[in-house]
Amino acid sequence: MVKAHSELMKRIQSGKFVFTGELEPLKTTDLSEVITEAKLLKGYVEACNVTDNPASNVTVSSLVAAYLIQKEAGIETVYQLRCSDRNRIALTSDLLGAAALGIKNILALTGDHTLLGDMPNAKPVFDLDSALLTGMIRRMVEEGKDLNGLDIKGPRPKFNIGVAANPNSNPIEPEIWKVIRKVENGADFVQTQVCFDIEKTIEFLRMFKIFEVPVLIGIFPMKSYGVAAQFDKFVPGVSVPKDLLTKFKQVKSKAKSKEERRKMYDKINLEFFTPFITELMKSGLSAGCHVMSVHYQEIVPKLFREMGLTKALIPEAVIPETVIPEAIIPVVS
Amino acid sequence: MTKVYSNLMKHITEGKFVFTGELEPVKTTSLHEVIEGAKTLKGHVVAINVTDNPTSFAYMNALIPSYIIQKKVGVEAVYQVTCRDRNRLAITSDLLAAGGVGIKNILALTGDHTTVGDNPQAKNVFDLDSATLVHLIRKMVDEGVDLNENKIDNPPKFHVGIAANPNADPLEPEILKIERKAKLGVDFVQTQCVYNVEVTNRFMKEMSHLDIPVLIGIAPFRSINMMKYFMKFVPGVVVPDEVQQSLIEANEEGGKEGVVQKNIEFFGDFIKELKNTKVAGVHIMAIGFEWIVPKIIEYSGVQQS
Amino acid sequence: MIIVKRKPINKIFDMIGPADNVLIVGCDGCVGIYQEGGQKQVELMSVILELAKKLKENRDIKIKTATVLRQCDRQIVATSLRPLIDDVDVVLSMACGVGAQTIAEVFEDIIVIPAQDTLFIGMHDRQLKKFYELCSACGECILFETGGVCPITRCAKSLLNGPCGGQSKGKCEVGGWVKDCAWILIHNRLKQKDRLDLFTKFREPRDHRNMESPRELGETFVGEVEAT
Repeated sequence: MVKAHSELMKRIQSGKFVFTGELEPLKTTDLSEVITEAKLLKGYVEACNVTDNPASNVTVSSLVAAYLIQKEAGIETVYQLRCSDRNRIALTSDLLGAAALGIKNILALTGDHTLLGDMPNAKPVFDLDSALLTGMIRRMVEEGKDLNGLDIKGPRPKFNIGVAANPNSNPIEPEIWKVIRKVENGADFVQTQVCFDIEKTIEFLRMFKIFEVPVLIGIFPMKSYGVAAQFDKFVPGVSVPKDLLTKFKQVKSKAKSKEERRKMYDKINLEFFTPFITELMKSGLSAGCHVMSVHYQEIVPKLFREMGLTKALIPEAVIPETVIPEAIIPVVS
Repeated sequence: MTKVYSNLMKHITEGKFVFTGELEPVKTTSLHEVIEGAKTLKGHVVAINVTDNPTSFAYMNALIPSYIIQKKVGVEAVYQVTCRDRNRLAITSDLLAAGGVGIKNILALTGDHTTVGDNPQAKNVFDLDSATLVHLIRKMVDEGVDLNENKIDNPPKFHVGIAANPNADPLEPEILKIERKAKLGVDFVQTQCVYNVEVTNRFMKEMSHLDIPVLIGIAPFRSINMMKYFMKFVPGVVVPDEVQQSLIEANEEGGKEGVVQKNIEFFGDFIKELKNTKVAGVHIMAIGFEWIVPKIIEYSGVQQS
Repeated sequence: MIIVKRKPINKIFDMIGPADNVLIVGCDGCVGIYQEGGQKQVELMSVILELAKKLKENRDIKIKTATVLRQCDRQIVATSLRPLIDDVDVVLSMACGVGAQTIAEVFEDIIVIPAQDTLFIGMHDRQLKKFYELCSACGECILFETGGVCPITRCAKSLLNGPCGGQSKGKCEVGGWVKDCAWILIHNRLKQKDRLDLFTKFREPRDHRNMESPRELGETFVGEVEAT
């Protein structure tokens, strides 16, 4: 069994069905908003992913955001790191920084092409890819060395490494092999792309079972029809089920007030995802669920209530000791 | 000069003679050394540069130690950013974070080529260069947008510095290059190591039409070996023969302590001379032996205001 | 032109493996002009292969040779090679990567072996017997502003606003102070022409979409460009 450095990994290894959340910092210097959003998830999720320039739209550094979320919201983070924007030197730099700041989980991603984002004229880097990045982090953790075998001073970085997978992939076989390559390179856990089809998801988990790596299935409660339609249109290979999309679409004409609209959206999400998660838990094949309710975190407590889960017995997250004793409020003058 | 955000800039605009120092995070997960270095420099310099993977060695992201020394030690940082390892997305991300954690000074650099570093197989990024980086920072600060005109919520407030090399040979393209950046809006210049007043004066004369405060870089030598390494591997550094000779003699006479003493005297005198030129201050690079900085300044008799 | 360098003969030999019928195809374009993959080299390769197979494996192989006008032209490749291709197991292309791929595109079931490593787009100095990379096909030519010296190709960092601190006396630190600093060359050329205003000009960040692979260009696109 891999060594658990993070609370998330310890909880996964204890056999508990875990939940992780997702936070998306914005194009801002003010991190108070994302910290507030993180606080909504406290007690429900074991850890929160912090996205790195999602879909190549530039946002404030995920490293600094992850650190401040851990510090201010008291919730462990999964620091996402893409190869799109940094060469191996910068990736090493950022990982050394992450270690110093007490970050324990890294999600190693290849990352979307820069053409997809809000700076499409930028130069895509891709010096490494997710498999190589996974291997590089593994070497830092196991040997205390960088990619070139040079010694890292100070305490050895303690990271658990996650990688992404897409159960919706068509064809699925190359995807499985690709994920296995990452697992062989040192990944400790897998978080998947958004899933809607429980049968397809369970089939994917069955194929994965022999590799004995914990898999967290991604779900995506949607705040509005607009969000759902956008996702349906722009995320390759994943489509929102037709009837779900229709239900979302009808909300606008049916609801009389903003308040009523919100309630209806909540209800549709709860009706869809409660049985999905229940089935997933029953299957015993999945280590947990990765809830990507970005900017819609209020749904998470509601999901817990609906499923009859108590606010998890998650103690105050143990934030690893860093050199900074005092609380940090982002300073902007 | 429209607005002043940092202590460094405040002192410069008030006409005080300033000192800045330099720290180099290494390939480590520990911040202990930079914090100790910053403590040594505190009170003697107004701000400390934190290097970004100098000579392409893969060290800790400079943003983290920059932030830590401000928070933990209470001394202002000059966060160095190079274009070698990050494209415009990553640089923008890091600059937004820098703004978020209260960094006020940025030194915009192109960065050395990866082949001179410890991960020479790495891909050179150079999506931007020092001039386009200045342009990006100016857009963020002045217009509150990124390079693609996307709006930034709560835009950062930075002063932008650039590097220059008074020893450049030929000097003309170097000056023209500074001019190109100056037109975009540069708040201060920190130079590569200089060892004599003639080079300084020649440079200041060539720079006079640009009206940008210049901090002359000096780099004491810890040992004769370090001097030799420096001359061999750091491009654009010219150590005059007489300086070399006097340090070698000091080494023969007094060993290591002799070299230290000679450094203190030589650079102390040099600072005294610089005080009477048009420069705004001195940038002292003494990586790993920061303790020499207070001694040199004390010897010079020039007050850190 | 496209500059190539022949692979070591052993590597070519390994790639051919057990094939009995080999067609060696040269090109009269770039590689033919500077005599790396023209008719003469095709004939030479044929002799070497035949001998090597005989000596190393003690067997005869059937070798045919051909040299086409331009291996990067789909129609020329199709018409010139179709009569020869029927009983062929592998084609050894002596042209650049474009030539080898064109053959593979035209004859989908044939195995194509590259005899060359394709290096760059460059200039041939026949006196010095050297090739120099001068263009990166960046899709956004600024040679007018840079005194006819391409900084994208000839500066190690492809800087738009150089020179950087890595030059001394006009030489670049990358590669050990041997190669010229493109930006010092640019400075000198512009100064000569009394156009230092072009040197001090600030150039905004590049639009890297112009270099985004895979690139293609259609007839309509050319028309559109001309129309504007």
